[in-house]
Amino acid sequence: MSIRFWLAPALAAALLTACSGPADHQAARLPILGERDVRPNPNGGPADTVYATAPAFRAVDQAGTTVTNQTFAGRAYVTDFFFATCPGICPKMQGELLKVFKPYAADPRVGFVSFTIDPAHDSLPVLRDYAQRLGVADPNRWHFVTTGRAAAARDSVFGLAKGFFTAAQPEKAAPGGFAHNGTFALVDDQGHVRGLYDSLNPTEVARLQTELPVLLAEIAERHPKATAAQ
Amino acid sequence: MRGKALGLGLGALGAVACLSLPGCFSNNRHQGPRLYAQACAGCHGDAGQGLARLIPPLAGADYLAAHRAELPCLLRRGAHGPMTVNGILYNQVMPAARVDDRELSPARLTNLLNYIENSWGNHAPPRTIQEVERELAGCPSTLGAGASN
Repeated sequence: MSIRFWLAPALAAALLTACSGPADHQAARLPILGERDVRPNPNGGPADTVYATAPAFRAVDQAGTTVTNQTFAGRAYVTDFFFATCPGICPKMQGELLKVFKPYAADPRVGFVSFTIDPAHDSLPVLRDYAQRLGVADPNRWHFVTTGRAAAARDSVFGLAKGFFTAAQPEKAAPGGFAHNGTFALVDDQGHVRGLYDSLNPTEVARLQTELPVLLAEIAERHPKATAAQ
Repeated sequence: MRGKALGLGLGALGAVACLSLPGCFSNNRHQGPRLYAQACAGCHGDAGQGLARLIPPLAGADYLAAHRAELPCLLRRGAHGPMTVNGILYNQVMPAARVDDRELSPARLTNLLNYIENSWGNHAPPRTIQEVERELAGCPSTLGAGASN
């Protein structure tokens, strides 16, 4: 089961990367991941390609602040899915994301968001304690969020996980009661997923560390004024 | 006839013994690190470093010597609740150490503990299986840890 979880995002990344390798004589560009839609141009010109975007979400972070896609408008962000009592891969995964986070701890160009897949247990105080114990002092830099304690919240977070290319589902046999993989998703300022990284693989984590500045440079090109203002 | 059967039987026994001999020379010397990688490293780290204030370290952990006799039970049962290691209060759930969904035998617990207690700068006298069996026999019926801290 868990092997299949790894394969899907890895395969998706491999396939999509192959289709959209960086063009020659251009600054390196990360691929846009996910299904794309080609719409014929009614005026007869070249067809429009509509790229997939990350799913819409609305969650509350450890400080009680509502976090949505708009929170990261014009900025890059990195997502993962975890739960506070996870005895399986989460400590390793969050330890790796902490390494990626540290150089950007005071850098507003990129945000971090960790969704709990156990909203029934992970209340705001639990998330707050978790963040503080991990050493994340500023909730605006790394949001540990819950989609809410209602019964529907669990389903909605599993749907979100899927949208961010992470497999997550309740599974009695799995450590802590949930089976999930440790995918980091890198999302750009326009809501496109630009990179997927297996947190348990040091090479993949290193690739995120290399590709994040590439994306930040691309965003800076798009928003020269905003970058200058900072 | 009977002698022949006996001879055959002995021969078969011998063959079985020969076949199973390599079991005696299995790679058990490295069982500790292997079990650690399978059951512990995910949370406690490849070098026993722990994770911030979420997961206590094992490297240089004062808890190991202070609670030496309780460690077989801790591994067998898991732990939850507050636990102080090197002066830092942790409060997470630790699942029982299991490999391939099976609890660890006294022999495996012994190898695992000897590895942990003598790695990453840790030093402790070696444990024997008998010692670990005795300590397991006295396991409290409910899991917990650090309550005595």
